Amino acid sequence: MLLQHAATAGAHPLEGTVASYLWLLPLLPLLGFVLNGLLSLTSAFHLGPDDPGADHGHDSHAAAAHDESGGGAHGDDHHPVQRHRHAGLVSLIGPGVLIAAFGLALAIFMAMRGLGEMHAPFVQRYFSWMPVGDLVVDASFQLDQLSMVMVLIITGVGALIHLFSVGYMQDDPGYPRYFAYLNLFVFFMLVLVLGANYPILFIGWEGVGLCSYLLIGFWFSEKANADAGKKAFIVNRIGDFGFLIAMFMLFANLGRLDFAGVNATIGQLPFGGVVVTAICLFLFLGCAGKSAQIPLYVWLPDAMAGPTPVSALIHAATMVTAGVYLIARSNVLFSMAPVAGLTVVLIGGLTALFAASIGLKQWDIKKVLAYSTVSQLGYMFVGVGSGAYVAGVFHLMTHAFFKALLFLGSGSVIYAMHAAYHATHSHEDAQDMRNMGGMKKYMPITWVLMWGATLAIAGVPPFAGFFSKDEILGSVFLRATHSTLADARWLGIPGNYVLYLVYVMGLAAAFMTAVYMTRMMIYTFHGPNRTGDKEREHLREAPWIMTGPLVVLGVLSVIGGWFNIPAALPVGPIGALEHWLEPVVGESTLRVAGGTLPEASHSLEYLLIAVAIVIALAGIGFAFARLKPQRLVPKAQAPAEHGFGLVLENKYYVDEAYDAAVVQPVVGVSRGLLWRGVDVGLIDRLTRLLVQSKDDDAAPGAVPMGGWMTRAVGYLGSQLQSGRVGTYAWVLVVGVLFVLGAFSFR
Amino acid sequence: MHDFLLSIGYNYWILPTLLALPLVGALLVAFTGRRGEEGEDEVASGAARGPRVLATAVFALEFILSLGLWWAFDPSYEGWQQSFDRAWIPTWGIRFTLGLDGIALMMVLLTTFIMLLASYGSFTSIRRKARSYYALLLLLTTGMLGVFMALDLFLFYVMWEAMLIPMYFIVGIWGGERRIYASLKFFIYTMVGSLLMLVGIVYLGTHQPLTTVNGIVTSVPNFSYDAALNTAQFTQRGALWLFGAFFLAFAVKVPMFPLHTWLPDAHVEAPTAGSVVLASIMLKLGTFGFLRLAVPLFPTAAMQPAVRTAVLVLAVVGIVYGALVSLVQPDFKKLVAYSSVSHLGFVMLGIFALTVQSVQGALMVMINHGLSTGALFFLIGMIYERRHTRLIESYGGIARVVPMFAAMLTLVSLSSIGVPGTNGFVGEFLVLIGSFRTAPVLSLIATTSVIISAAYLLWAIQRILFNPLDKRENEHVSDLNRRELLLMAPLVAGIIWLGVYPAPVLRRMEVSAEKFVRQVESKSAVRTAARER
Amino acid sequence: MLAESLFFSAVLFTIGVVGVLTRRNAIIVFMCVELMLNAVNLTFVAFARVYGVAGQVFVFFVMTVAAAEAAVGLAIIIALFRHKQTVDLSNINLLKG
Repeated sequence: MLLQHAATAGAHPLEGTVASYLWLLPLLPLLGFVLNGLLSLTSAFHLGPDDPGADHGHDSHAAAAHDESGGGAHGDDHHPVQRHRHAGLVSLIGPGVLIAAFGLALAIFMAMRGLGEMHAPFVQRYFSWMPVGDLVVDASFQLDQLSMVMVLIITGVGALIHLFSVGYMQDDPGYPRYFAYLNLFVFFMLVLVLGANYPILFIGWEGVGLCSYLLIGFWFSEKANADAGKKAFIVNRIGDFGFLIAMFMLFANLGRLDFAGVNATIGQLPFGGVVVTAICLFLFLGCAGKSAQIPLYVWLPDAMAGPTPVSALIHAATMVTAGVYLIARSNVLFSMAPVAGLTVVLIGGLTALFAASIGLKQWDIKKVLAYSTVSQLGYMFVGVGSGAYVAGVFHLMTHAFFKALLFLGSGSVIYAMHAAYHATHSHEDAQDMRNMGGMKKYMPITWVLMWGATLAIAGVPPFAGFFSKDEILGSVFLRATHSTLADARWLGIPGNYVLYLVYVMGLAAAFMTAVYMTRMMIYTFHGPNRTGDKEREHLREAPWIMTGPLVVLGVLSVIGGWFNIPAALPVGPIGALEHWLEPVVGESTLRVAGGTLPEASHSLEYLLIAVAIVIALAGIGFAFARLKPQRLVPKAQAPAEHGFGLVLENKYYVDEAYDAAVVQPVVGVSRGLLWRGVDVGLIDRLTRLLVQSKDDDAAPGAVPMGGWMTRAVGYLGSQLQSGRVGTYAWVLVVGVLFVLGAFSFR
Repeated sequence: MHDFLLSIGYNYWILPTLLALPLVGALLVAFTGRRGEEGEDEVASGAARGPRVLATAVFALEFILSLGLWWAFDPSYEGWQQSFDRAWIPTWGIRFTLGLDGIALMMVLLTTFIMLLASYGSFTSIRRKARSYYALLLLLTTGMLGVFMALDLFLFYVMWEAMLIPMYFIVGIWGGERRIYASLKFFIYTMVGSLLMLVGIVYLGTHQPLTTVNGIVTSVPNFSYDAALNTAQFTQRGALWLFGAFFLAFAVKVPMFPLHTWLPDAHVEAPTAGSVVLASIMLKLGTFGFLRLAVPLFPTAAMQPAVRTAVLVLAVVGIVYGALVSLVQPDFKKLVAYSSVSHLGFVMLGIFALTVQSVQGALMVMINHGLSTGALFFLIGMIYERRHTRLIESYGGIARVVPMFAAMLTLVSLSSIGVPGTNGFVGEFLVLIGSFRTAPVLSLIATTSVIISAAYLLWAIQRILFNPLDKRENEHVSDLNRRELLLMAPLVAGIIWLGVYPAPVLRRMEVSAEKFVRQVESKSAVRTAARER
Repeated sequence: MLAESLFFSAVLFTIGVVGVLTRRNAIIVFMCVELMLNAVNLTFVAFARVYGVAGQVFVFFVMTVAAAEAAVGLAIIIALFRHKQTVDLSNINLLKG
């Protein structure tokens, strides 16, 4: 076969084990994509007539009846009701390949665990992708501890979400297409985390962006959904621009693009120099796009237009975490550029705070979670930016659990609300919290699980989020005194100030997180129900295919944090994740920390933990005290916001600002200046001097130049043909004299 | 396969056959079937069936014959392959010399492939004077193939001009409303450039060092390409002027900003297959001219800092300008036309950045653009046949009605945007990473086009495929038929294959690309990024 | 002797040229053409005096051609007159293009 293994000293210990089936991992979901895609096309597609140009009148039967979920047979644009013919088969294939992939991932994981220590990554080279001169880009996969963690999260949480989707999307006419896209997404995500070099990672990187585009705009008959998908892709592309430049710089300076090569040779560049810093900053631009950080986060809230399981998978658990993974993967580079690290930390902290503040005033339950995701991603970047790679990845993992749970849970709520509105043919907003309330009575299991996730995200022990968030904040605090970041300067500001500032921002954001999450819970599940009397009868718990995965995620949200318990709390496996990831990130962590890991005295640790818990509980308490769900009114009758609340509700008007400052000017300049001005006005006018243009659409008001130059020359020429003999004679004589003269003066 | 081809002497007869077959075919087609009446719909009446089937059969034969080149070509040999050399006009030193290197090989394959599809794709869109049309397509093929294969400057020029005439007629007779204006503009633009090139060629041919025949010194001109490359002599100023002459001819064809305005009009007014051929092949003739003639023959002039920077800047301007103007086009075909300006800017950037990666990237972009933009024009043509409008605003939400078409259009658009996994990414990535080493700032500016290209194409297909289905006329549009699916299949396959596994193609062009870079570097003493490792 | 003869024929030739270029009447133009031809004859004879009899042979040729040309030319003028009722050259521009 095409398999070639990396030339390490001796064969890699994983060779010959189940890990050699690494290539099967992404191939399974790809197979799912192909099968589901074919199923989706074959039933919707009808061959056209042989001569489409002839006048056939009504040649194709009313294809409009084939509602490819573009719009409802009931005029209900979100959930048209028409179960697909092949739904059963798709329900087997879609989640099936994911479960198989997860099984394989587990097996590989066990094989890795069985090895004990694994210092070198396991690389499989399949074929040469772009060999050009000294540029060598191979299609190869790399398996190490970091990618293993990611693979488990992707396939595990992914499988759960696939199962949930079976219930959530069951009546959608676009059912096979949905699973096709979802499978394709998992394929690309796996390529992303398994790639052994930056270009392969980039394939996955853009691929998940593509699937995000397809899935956000899944119900594309609504312009808003299609717009959201397009916005996501384009904003992502701005980030991709940064990623590309970083790759170019890597190649130009090091001549390598594979992780092993880059990590080995980056040391040749000066520490903290312009080149390394620039590379890291451009990489981070890519991360800002993919992982929705300031200033490129604007696509994520709009992305809520897609089906809720999509939001859970892509915009909570996996795709958005790609940026965090990228930095973790490039830890060697980032550890050599403290200024870049400070930038990442600063932007991460700012984003965490900024997004959390917006979440305080959102009414759409998914928007709350969207901004929450942006905020939590900020935390992850604070982690990896400050050199605490383990902390960042840890939070990535726990966040995947509880955020997926939150999204899926909200999906169950929305599902119930939709069912209720559908039964009464109401057109109210099924996602607005002002239309909810008191749902705990109708959906108790979901209620309990959602509280578990809320406590996790707020950072209350012993739930998962507490451990990961605490580790990040603690790491930042400690590195403020003891790291290369602290010693560096960010635009003149000493690094340690920046880090302390970020720590404070992190605490503030944690407080706000607790508040808005509790607010969400209160308005949705507590208090009186505002859905309407008739609708209320139809509110019930979601089917087990949906609630089952929720339970699993709930369990994980509780125990997920126990994978990396800090040393100060000897209640379980201390630092399991840290130990696991040590071969990948250990060295860089040390380098950032200035040679020795920052150790906190146990008393400092307890203090930090106490602060975190106090803030979390304060936030929850504040929310319970101040928010009165009884005073809420359904959305249709709700009063408008005012004051700063209005600013928050309108997300600081950032989208409007971008539109006015970037989009409109670009389009305007392109249309007015470049096209009309230069192309038509200037260049074409010049050419019309030469070309006759009778049937030309001249710009309004323009004088038709109509090839005057050609006609002028022609006119001059025609003067020679006067027909008058006398003139001819003159010319003859003059010519003769001329020739005679030329000859005599030779 | 290689041995089989050797045993039948493939390398000797293939190139002249590839030139002669379309000519013979054109003659046959011109006299096949019944001549249509004035105003007759020849497709409906069946009069078009004979010519179109025969023409497509000839094209298919041509393509199959040319496929052998894939195996017959030796990727490791640096010189001309499959060469064919006969005296033509001895008194002027003109010989009929044909030959291939890696670059020309891929162009020849692209040409035969696209022409086959163009012919097959015109079945229902050419409804009158079908005989003439298919005959002209065949003549066009000979011209284009001749340009790629010619190793004699005079022959090159003859072929270059020869393909203008069929194209002029194709656009002028079977085109859209403003076709006369468009075809005239196209013809004059190209002609002006070519005339200067003629001057240059004549000069080159006549300023050879004196040749000796049987011990007698003669001054017969020598139009052989190898002679021009290796032994022609001119002053530095002379080289600059000559380069300028060739530059103008090819810059119009590429098309480079600001000589590009003929392209949108020509594309919009041309019939579908005409647009496909124009975009997929004829634009590549300009860049091929740079690769084959303008730069290698006058490397010092081409790589002079002022000249080189100017060309690079113009290329990047073309990339960004083309993308921005595409953003605001209401006509989808014009949008694709301007996007071609943008893509070909990448090729020019790659050539003049002069690294192996950027040149290989430029070649890949040439091939990939041929596939993706050809596919785009085919799809536009298909929807135009049904709805008779190219304005984006006339559509909306048709993905529900024509899912197959929607899937194809989306995939091809992604290829044009350059999403990794499709062919478009490979070329653009190589060009950018290669040119970053020698022109980092310009390369950075050019990379911003990845954002703009996503914007203009996604916005366009959103307005066509997605959004609400709000126009009654769109509700009964029929989806692709069997022939159209068969037409798109090889293009889609190519898009995916070249995106995932471009290595075989890269390998065949590698030697030529390296030779190009090496020769230009050494002759012009341009230092491109050499790396100490 | 030679110089005077040449001078004389040059003067005659010049008068003929000026006449051809400036006169409007076609017949006058023809007379001037004849004048030019005869001036050339004179030149030939003058040279024959010095360089041998070949010059006088040329005169025969010139006279023959002049006669033929006069006949044809006058025929054309008559045809022109029949068509246009004038022999004024400034009015004749049938070849105008």
